[in-house]
Amino acid sequence: MSAVMTDAPATGRAPEPMRANRPPKQRKRPFLPIFFWVFLLITLLPIATMVIYSFNDTPTNRITFHWHGFTLYWYQNLTQVQGLPQAFLLSVAIAILSAVISIVLGVPLSMALERYRFFGKSAISATVFADIAAPSIVVGAASLSFFLSTSIPLGFWTVLIVHITFNLAYVVVVIRARLSGTGTQLEQAAGDLGATPWVAFTKVTLPLLVPGMIAAGALALAMSIDDYVITSFVAGPAVTFPLFVYGAAKVGLPPQVLCFGTIIFVIGLLVMLLNGWLTRRGQRMR
Amino acid sequence: MTTLAPRAPALSGAPAPSPGLKNRIRRNPAPYLLALAGGAWLLVLFVIPLISGLAVSLMSGNPQDGYTFTWNWAVYGQLFGPGAATNDWLFLGRAIFYGATATVVTILVGFPMAYFIAFRVKPQWKNALLLLVMLSFLVSFVIRTDMWAFLLSDQGPVLTALRGIHLIGKGFHILGTDAAVIGGMAYNDLAFMVLPIYVALERIDPRLVEASADLYGRRSATFFHTVLPLTRSGIFAGILLVFIDSAGDPVSPSLLGGTHTYTIGQAIQDAYLTNQQYNVAAALSTVLMIVLGVILFAYARIAGTDNIEDLV
Repeated sequence: MSAVMTDAPATGRAPEPMRANRPPKQRKRPFLPIFFWVFLLITLLPIATMVIYSFNDTPTNRITFHWHGFTLYWYQNLTQVQGLPQAFLLSVAIAILSAVISIVLGVPLSMALERYRFFGKSAISATVFADIAAPSIVVGAASLSFFLSTSIPLGFWTVLIVHITFNLAYVVVVIRARLSGTGTQLEQAAGDLGATPWVAFTKVTLPLLVPGMIAAGALALAMSIDDYVITSFVAGPAVTFPLFVYGAAKVGLPPQVLCFGTIIFVIGLLVMLLNGWLTRRGQRMR
Repeated sequence: MTTLAPRAPALSGAPAPSPGLKNRIRRNPAPYLLALAGGAWLLVLFVIPLISGLAVSLMSGNPQDGYTFTWNWAVYGQLFGPGAATNDWLFLGRAIFYGATATVVTILVGFPMAYFIAFRVKPQWKNALLLLVMLSFLVSFVIRTDMWAFLLSDQGPVLTALRGIHLIGKGFHILGTDAAVIGGMAYNDLAFMVLPIYVALERIDPRLVEASADLYGRRSATFFHTVLPLTRSGIFAGILLVFIDSAGDPVSPSLLGGTHTYTIGQAIQDAYLTNQQYNVAAALSTVLMIVLGVILFAYARIAGTDNIEDLV
């Protein structure tokens, strides 16, 4: 650790008198870069394993370590495993619906929290914080208690409801961060030019929020499609993709699970890059 | 929307609206209208369920005949009192130990990574490196955890290679150990530590570091007395996210662990989903939430932290 600890940021403008003969440019210290890249590669190792083994030509319908050669067979037979394509489509549907609904609910809520002082503001802020900080297992168990005591049948709708609930908190955090970065001058200018608050909102605020909404939506999609713990409590007969994977993991994964994982990964990567591109374009336009 | 406006105070969760509230809403209804739908959603589907979780723990009954609310506090005594049938203290203590150790690991690994991105790379590369750190979020964590189980299993490539060079014997296992579970938790939550620390490091005014150097502060002194104290809020946010998530996580102990790594998260899951002992599960999850709350509150008081809302 000591190498990290002693590594202060560049102090080029203030040469240290004790070591005046050293050039002002900071000496190359290889520890931090090596540390960073080694641990980054470790975090990417399971992803690489997933992608590579989705192409392994195993003779059985379970993933194996031994490399049997490259094949696209599992991608061509994605729907072969009983229950897997249904679980995947269910997860995609829940992810899209929960992302859209949490944005519809979350954007106005974020505007209220970021732009106004009102009664109940800090209570809502604290609830949003608790929604993110509370352990998934407790939220899942509590939601199940709630649905059981209100006799709401478990299934698609209860999964959708809990996904909207946790996504709402993530959306609010992302949108609030965006709103706090942009001032209210543009809305005020619109008002000065005769726009009603509604017109100012739809013509000025909302377009400015589009990159934030894409970022929030991407985060919500990722959180929804990835959630196992909370969903496991409220799913009832519904089987989402993570639930399917968890169940299959106990006996050995069919290779198609890795294919679906790879597909989600590639789509997520594209969305990430698109969002980065949109943000950069938005900055250039401003 | 307009017709619902008078109900807006309900979303604050406060029972008695102040007398001026009606006037305040009439004077400026905009924030109440904006917050209405989202606030009501959080109240009905997050706050009330959390409270109903506590209520379910006080029910008595059994899976066959159903449960009724009876102020049955005895369930806590049955679970955590002397002569309890299951060793829930052990499962709870183990979960806290795993969560705390995983949190320390993420700080030791995540801080240098965040420091590298904040201070040692060109500005135009920072976002790209942050995205690389977050890349693993694009793969379902159940798959990632299972890929570790795949890689680290006794017949997997890692142990096979290590056995091949006679570094380890036949009896050496990784899966099923405490270390595997802690490693899995730390791995899953690393980005939750890197991001808030990075944000805190980015906020540090470089002039403070220069001032420290001007005042003959050695690099280590600058780090310990200037940089580290200024990242306290970031580290606290990371601890909050990682510790809570790891301590309650049932997936890592289940996929990477074995019979000796059973935690309270698994106990809650089994009680609810396998044994349908709803009151037991609710009691366990209430205890877990209270214990985590007390630990984090104590930590916040001892280590000191900025306004908690800054973290949101």
